[in-house]
Amino acid sequence: MMDRLFALVGVAVALVAAPFLKTVINRTKAAVAGRQGPPLLLPYRSLVRLMSKGAVYGSQTTWIFRAGPVVSLVATMGALCLVPFAGRPALVHFEGDILLMAYLMGVGRFFTVLAAMDTGSSFEGMGADREAFFSALTEPSLLLGVAGLGAITGSLSLSGIYGKLGGSAFLGSNLPALIFILAAFVIVYLAENSRIPVDDPTTHLELTMIHEVMVLDHCGIDLAFIEYGGALKLWTMGLLVSGLVFPGGTGSLWLDVLLSLCCLMGFQVAVGLVESSTARLKMGRVPLLLAVAFVMSTLWIMWVVR
Amino acid sequence: MKQLLMTLLLLVDLNMFATSRVDSLIRSAALQGAIVVCLVALSSVGGLSSVEWAFLLVTGLVKAVCLPVVMFKALRSVGIRRELEPMIGYRKSLFVGLFAVGFSLWISVKLPMPPGVDDPLGLSVALLSMMAGMFLVVSRKKAISQAVGYLVMENGIYFMGPAMAVHHPLVVEAGVLLDLFVGVFVMGVIILHIRREFNHIDVDRLSELKD
Repeated sequence: MMDRLFALVGVAVALVAAPFLKTVINRTKAAVAGRQGPPLLLPYRSLVRLMSKGAVYGSQTTWIFRAGPVVSLVATMGALCLVPFAGRPALVHFEGDILLMAYLMGVGRFFTVLAAMDTGSSFEGMGADREAFFSALTEPSLLLGVAGLGAITGSLSLSGIYGKLGGSAFLGSNLPALIFILAAFVIVYLAENSRIPVDDPTTHLELTMIHEVMVLDHCGIDLAFIEYGGALKLWTMGLLVSGLVFPGGTGSLWLDVLLSLCCLMGFQVAVGLVESSTARLKMGRVPLLLAVAFVMSTLWIMWVVR
Repeated sequence: MKQLLMTLLLLVDLNMFATSRVDSLIRSAALQGAIVVCLVALSSVGGLSSVEWAFLLVTGLVKAVCLPVVMFKALRSVGIRRELEPMIGYRKSLFVGLFAVGFSLWISVKLPMPPGVDDPLGLSVALLSMMAGMFLVVSRKKAISQAVGYLVMENGIYFMGPAMAVHHPLVVEAGVLLDLFVGVFVMGVIILHIRREFNHIDVDRLSELKD
């Protein structure tokens, strides 16, 4: 019962605090560039502003276009409920929920892609094509990485895996291999959340966009859903990465929560640093980066089953 | 600590499979040399005598400083920065590297280990380094990448002994290293001459002789 309550509070915190992660990344980038950066609550304000506006739909769009943002937001929320926080069990957990999480993300993406194609705009079709291609390449890395984690913890649910990492299972001979899975997960994180080496969230040139070009036709409350869904995705996948660095298990609940939050925020700072220090890859080089992620998670799984 | 170094060595080896920049290749080889020497120092059974420490130190200097410096000099004088057309493309090379990792892990589990070796990881990393070196030699066209390949291969061989808990291999290794040093030195001179004569250093084009 206590676990349930804790998980519920964790999800509520995520729902409230997720947009703040964007602020952390943007503030880091601003600090590196010597700028003051956007106001701390800018993501919230823009969400409120978008929420208060009505939506405009093109005459040639169908219900798919309207369903896209809603489905992808709900799918991301579903994934959020499956990811454990601070080493405690998630709100929903069962053996094999890894696959459900991966495919909930997939469903969200699928509907974003469909909605983009539904507009009939050639730009959006191009973005949809790229998104589908790159995310298809990231999926094996994520699943292999989690499968390796499952192999050492003997569990197939995210809660089981991340709960046991805090114990002794992970230490010992598998510790150096943490580099592999971390590298793989960070690349997957950057690719899935359209961050810089793969996609530039601040670009204004449609031809080079991946994610942003798909949502060009959405406005008002639909755009708010998409932005909010993106923030939740940052949080959900951020927990997967930061849970590896600090899996909890200090014994004290408050310390676990505090350190997990610090780890999550620290990871966003790291993402901001990566974005400040690297240029965006040429579109043709992105598959090589994703291949590196795949190689890393294959190395990881070879290491743990060796 | 040893395992962490071996993991780093594995990553450096994979970088050599995938990188297209020759300077990154040389830097990886230097890093590999440094890691290998550290690993040998850590895994020498029964401690080292002062003579052996001296050998180790000299080896480290040659592997991580002298040879890379010579290669960088050669690189600067021929003025190339990347290898544009390898025999095997970089994405494919990366997967060849992955396959090599899998193979070396597999075979090091299969091989019978001499007594005193509890973790076969060292052997697999040494094998991987040798394979990386061989791969560079056969799949790259620029003479300088091939020379780096020899250096990488030698690093693998050097680490093989301590990984299999062979006693006192350091003296023998120092002799091998001397050969390699002379080899790389000669290579540096030859690359310069090839470049002066033919205006490029692609070895596969050397077979079409000029008259």
